[in-house]
Amino acid sequence: MSLSGSQGSGQPIAPIAAVNDFVVKFANVNGSGSASANLLFAKSILRMGVPIAPRNIFPSNIQGLPTWYELRVSEAGHLGRRGGVDMMVAMNPQTWDKDVQEIEPGGYLFYDCTKPLPSSKFRADVRVIGMPLTGICNERYTDPRQRQLFKNIVYVGALSALIGVELDVVSQLIGEQYKGKEKLLKPNIEALKLGHDWAMANLEPVGLRVVRSDRVGDRIFVEGNAAAALGAVYGGATVCAWYPITPSTSTAEAFMKHCSKLRVDPETGKNRFAIIQAEDEIASIGIVVGAGWNGARAFTCTSGPGISLMQEFIGLAYFAEIPAVIVDVQRGGPSTGMPTRTQQSDILLCAYASHGDTRHVLLFPEDPKECFDFGATSFDLAERLQTPIFLMLDLDIGMNERLCEPFTWDDSRSMDRGKVLHHARLEDGAAFGRYLDVDGDGITWRTYPGAHPTKGSYFTRGTTKDRMARYSEAGPDYIENMTRLQRKFDTAKGLVPGPIIRMAAGPTPVGVLYYGSTAPAMNEALEAFEADGVHIDAIRVRAFPFSAEVEQFIAEHDCVFVVEQNRDSQLRSLLVNELEIDPKRLPPIVHYDGTPITARFIVRTIGAKLGAIAAPERVLGREEARP
Amino acid sequence: MTYIAKPQFHHPGLPKNALGYTRRDYEGAVSTLCAGCGHDSISAAIIQACFDLDIQPHRVAKLSGIGCSSKTPAYFLGNSHGFNTVHGRMPSVLTGANLANRELVYLGVSGDGDSASIGIGQFVHAIRRGVNMVYIVENNGVYGLTKGQFSATADKGSKSKKGASNADTPIDLVMLAMELGATYVARSFSGDKEQLVPLIKGAIAHRGAAFIDVVSPCVAFNNHPGSTKSYDYVRAHNEAVNSLDIISPREEITARYPAGTAAMVTLHDGSQMLLKKLAEDYEPRDKIAAMQFLMKHSAAGQVVTGLLYAEDDSDDLHEHIGTVLAPLNTLGDAELCPGSRALAGINAGLR
Repeated sequence: MSLSGSQGSGQPIAPIAAVNDFVVKFANVNGSGSASANLLFAKSILRMGVPIAPRNIFPSNIQGLPTWYELRVSEAGHLGRRGGVDMMVAMNPQTWDKDVQEIEPGGYLFYDCTKPLPSSKFRADVRVIGMPLTGICNERYTDPRQRQLFKNIVYVGALSALIGVELDVVSQLIGEQYKGKEKLLKPNIEALKLGHDWAMANLEPVGLRVVRSDRVGDRIFVEGNAAAALGAVYGGATVCAWYPITPSTSTAEAFMKHCSKLRVDPETGKNRFAIIQAEDEIASIGIVVGAGWNGARAFTCTSGPGISLMQEFIGLAYFAEIPAVIVDVQRGGPSTGMPTRTQQSDILLCAYASHGDTRHVLLFPEDPKECFDFGATSFDLAERLQTPIFLMLDLDIGMNERLCEPFTWDDSRSMDRGKVLHHARLEDGAAFGRYLDVDGDGITWRTYPGAHPTKGSYFTRGTTKDRMARYSEAGPDYIENMTRLQRKFDTAKGLVPGPIIRMAAGPTPVGVLYYGSTAPAMNEALEAFEADGVHIDAIRVRAFPFSAEVEQFIAEHDCVFVVEQNRDSQLRSLLVNELEIDPKRLPPIVHYDGTPITARFIVRTIGAKLGAIAAPERVLGREEARP
Repeated sequence: MTYIAKPQFHHPGLPKNALGYTRRDYEGAVSTLCAGCGHDSISAAIIQACFDLDIQPHRVAKLSGIGCSSKTPAYFLGNSHGFNTVHGRMPSVLTGANLANRELVYLGVSGDGDSASIGIGQFVHAIRRGVNMVYIVENNGVYGLTKGQFSATADKGSKSKKGASNADTPIDLVMLAMELGATYVARSFSGDKEQLVPLIKGAIAHRGAAFIDVVSPCVAFNNHPGSTKSYDYVRAHNEAVNSLDIISPREEITARYPAGTAAMVTLHDGSQMLLKKLAEDYEPRDKIAAMQFLMKHSAAGQVVTGLLYAEDDSDDLHEHIGTVLAPLNTLGDAELCPGSRALAGINAGLR
């Protein structure tokens, strides 16, 4: 496999031949029913034991605009976006030219040849596979809706025949999908066979093949948003307030779905949860703050524009010390930006959200498994630290199905409700001062409203107060409070998930630091570097504040590339600001066009800088210089 | 907000309610509002209502936004948890608090700037969701804490202290609340304790969104001739449509009224509201007629007060969304965490 990418020459070259290692991209019109057909095709390959990594590239639109589904098949288990396309299934005339251009030399172009296209529309170095899909469907079906919908299943049948996806596997998946809806099952199977048989009879096989493998194991295939929502269920969240916004909407919808199965009292049929679709993001976070103040585990889910709206409340929750969980599924900003594209561009917005001096805890899951784990943990952290916790997903993790380790849960685990004085302790005479740091960790004890008739009540406010929660405009009271809040933030360093460090095969002065959805592309890039004998140590940061290991890792290397999916190297700014590191030691690598970062990009950009930064012989494990 | 602790001295002969609390047990810190501020009378009415209803002080959660009115929760119910939130956003915080524990009494105190301007969106949506709460707007038509700018409830043509005339159409929060589905809507005057206390008691006993607009003159910035929110103006134009008595479940109803002059409304906690008619043609259970009446009389410059609308059999947000009876903040791991076995099933469905 090449990570260097290939340059189109326009000259005829040998067709690409690859087994279980290629990229198929579907170019569709949105609203045409293609999404479920494409997913069916992808899952069939997964069921054959071959890892896949699909990505939806969709418009902010319901019907009629271009949409793509890029499916990477990778025996080696590379789950990042590779870049380049080996086979284009070009079903959208609007994007034809761009789609054809994207195919790797020697690749394949599958298209609907019912209407002939001039030869200028094709490339000499791409093998063309024409199938009269519209003609076949018009002949077989009379209902216009069926003609459109079954066209998708017909091409799934044909592609299965072309690259060796077992028809039984596809049929079984269709069976699972339409279980209990036999009326729909039969015509779908027929359409599948129609496409499959036509392709077997009329088309030559292609060089891309899927063969059965055993590389999937017990891994699961799930979206990060759904996983984070499940984490919220397991983490004991009872209140969810949200406002629809791409790409976070499916988090709330998944929470609803999970709760309706897992959180209904079997005896009364009543809900052990409350979900409010609020009037806006300000109300969403307000509801979360109110519920958190009153002792329920509450969260909201949103994206950058929503975080912008929530600023004032986030400051209140920080200053009045109220637990809250905010799931931020990041998209391209600023402003409305690229609402259906991915970025990691809310890092600074969240880290220092709201006016005045603030600092917030951020968690960076790398995949749905960590979305689940951190989703649950974030509620413990929020109540332990009595502060907002940001769970930083992005569109790439949140809205694409990703292959990941199965969810696990330790049944001996219980919720950490933090420092709460309940009725009994108040009755026993426990001293209570809401902002009194009795334990020295910056975290003070709180009470729930209604706990005790005469003890433990206090007034919560966004204004300055003294240790006993009494209003105060005195400078020393303010400074004591702000210093304690910083002490609490330092305590957080030891509570948040620590970084994951991956040392190169040999000693090296060069490191790379990354986080979140960059992980799969980085894993692949590091393998490629290692295969080339280039040693780079890697650290995956999983939270802000940065724990001591992050500082230590940077100290141990001459240079640490900071790889991010935003223009301004936002996490790097945090590292420089919080750890007082010389910025020159942290060269930024940024990818921010809205598509997920690729291993090719990382290898190319870091590769280009390596020579200038470190003497090649110190980075390379062997003598020869890099080509 | 500013804070002055109040001496804890109790006169031994102070009357006690059924729970053994005196009125003092419902008081808070000393108010730092201007002498004669209508808001202090409302605080006193809240204290009286809670005392009369034998409410345990700590079972009330009092929430507010920002402004003079929003400072007042510090001045009543000192044994209750209070939350002074952000400007105009009390309704969402109250909604969240209510979702977390449905067993407390939720008292939201707000002002006309807080609820009719910056927070009108939150006011609107908390009302239409039917959050079980008492929502009091202490309405003086001005921004007091920033020294006298018109608010959105100032009447068109009314004059500021500096003599400027208000050109904008006022927002009538009572009409808005009725349209949005509030199930208990009242208006009163801070200077009429006889009317206000029973209205607050009725609102507390009511289940669902109860809204009370209390005209509460600002002595510093809106109590001059030309103001329609001054003591003099409201006294001269107050048109009370009914008077209210709240009768607790254990009280015996003794009074008799001629047919058509009084109506009895039963509240969900078993209390009875006895409504005595003052305006012959006012029917508080007929929303359309009530709104017509209000529009007509308000156009004539009158301030219509009393219980303006009430639904007999109201419900609240918790019923709408089907939550369990136990407060959500009391549920533990066993009720909330589905455990590893359920997770194995979920994993199996994702392959």
